[in-house]
Amino acid sequence: MSKSTTQARPLSPHLQIYRFTPTMAMSIAHRITGTALYFGILLFALWLLAAASSREQFDFVNGLFGSIIGRIVIFGYSWVLIHHMLGGIRHLIWDTIHGLEKETSRRLAIANLIGSILVTLIIWGGAWAIRGGL
Amino acid sequence: MVQLTLPKNSKVKQGKVWPKPEGATNLREYRIYRWSPDDTENPRVDTYYVDLDDCGPMVLDGLIWIKNKVDSTLTFRRSCREGICGSCAMNIDGANTLACTKGMDDIGGAVRVYPLPHMPVVKDLVPDLSIPYAQLSSIEPWLQTVTPEPAIEWKQSHEDRAKLDGLYECILCFCCQTSCPSYWWNGERYLGPAVLLQAYRWLIDSRDEATGERLDKLEDPFRLYRCHTIMNCTQTCPKGLNPAKAIAEIKKMMVERRV
Repeated sequence: MSKSTTQARPLSPHLQIYRFTPTMAMSIAHRITGTALYFGILLFALWLLAAASSREQFDFVNGLFGSIIGRIVIFGYSWVLIHHMLGGIRHLIWDTIHGLEKETSRRLAIANLIGSILVTLIIWGGAWAIRGGL
Repeated sequence: MVQLTLPKNSKVKQGKVWPKPEGATNLREYRIYRWSPDDTENPRVDTYYVDLDDCGPMVLDGLIWIKNKVDSTLTFRRSCREGICGSCAMNIDGANTLACTKGMDDIGGAVRVYPLPHMPVVKDLVPDLSIPYAQLSSIEPWLQTVTPEPAIEWKQSHEDRAKLDGLYECILCFCCQTSCPSYWWNGERYLGPAVLLQAYRWLIDSRDEATGERLDKLEDPFRLYRCHTIMNCTQTCPKGLNPAKAIAEIKKMMVERRV
């Protein structure tokens, strides 16, 4: 087969046509949350840094995080963290050669998503209950 | 490399709508990827209508019906029509499977048919599988021994033979291989699920004596470790096999031989 023929050939469609499966979607979600965590940890570092600098600095950053937008961002970050952690546990289970069957892996992927939402809500609900309101 | 969009010459255009068969009342719509090397046109998706009262129930039956009755230029591979040759592997309704064992009943709406994903197209639904074949030959898929050949045959216990179940049934249709996003992005360096399942089939064979050498060849960031457990392979295998599990077993063997 000559090389020129191969080069002229079109590439068949892939992402454009492939039907997303739960495992495929959660694999991409694991990548995206993993990347998002780098940015999330920056927020945490900022908070610590402010605490180490001065009272004014800390009050400023704390107030920023306590604002409505700040809380939404932190809520998102906590979901990202938990989703990625549960995804990590899923991969750990797979590394022991368990849960790799077609149906089980599909269910694990769905459980990953539902579990991450539930745990996030429980944590925020718990925090809310302890503080007696947001 | 990860390239999410298709190159310019591969973008799919709207194609032709072929006339409905006359007098037919029980119709099924097919939308089929077309590309011919004989002109300089981009690929397109043509629409056909199949007369279900004159056609078998499988997706392949519909394709053959179209080729016989509507458009003889439609090109696809097929042979056994019973899921054992692997020739008619293609992307149907968004997942890779065999056209001969996929029922039209299982699909809602129009039957969308594309070649196996992220492969160079030879014509219409025929992909160029030279690279997967070369990768298969690179893992040397045959029995390798150092002990002198026995007078009669290589013996194997029932238990050892059972270890090949779920592996020997692979028909090399490459549905799993071309369903894997890791293979899409690194197809020239990552061996892919089908080839790794074959590699494991020989690693686990009690009669094979080249296990160490075979593992040495797989110990590579790309050849084996581009598997990120996306699981598309296992989800799509038309024979119900589990390439992801075979790959996990190889990764485990790699760790075990180090401790």
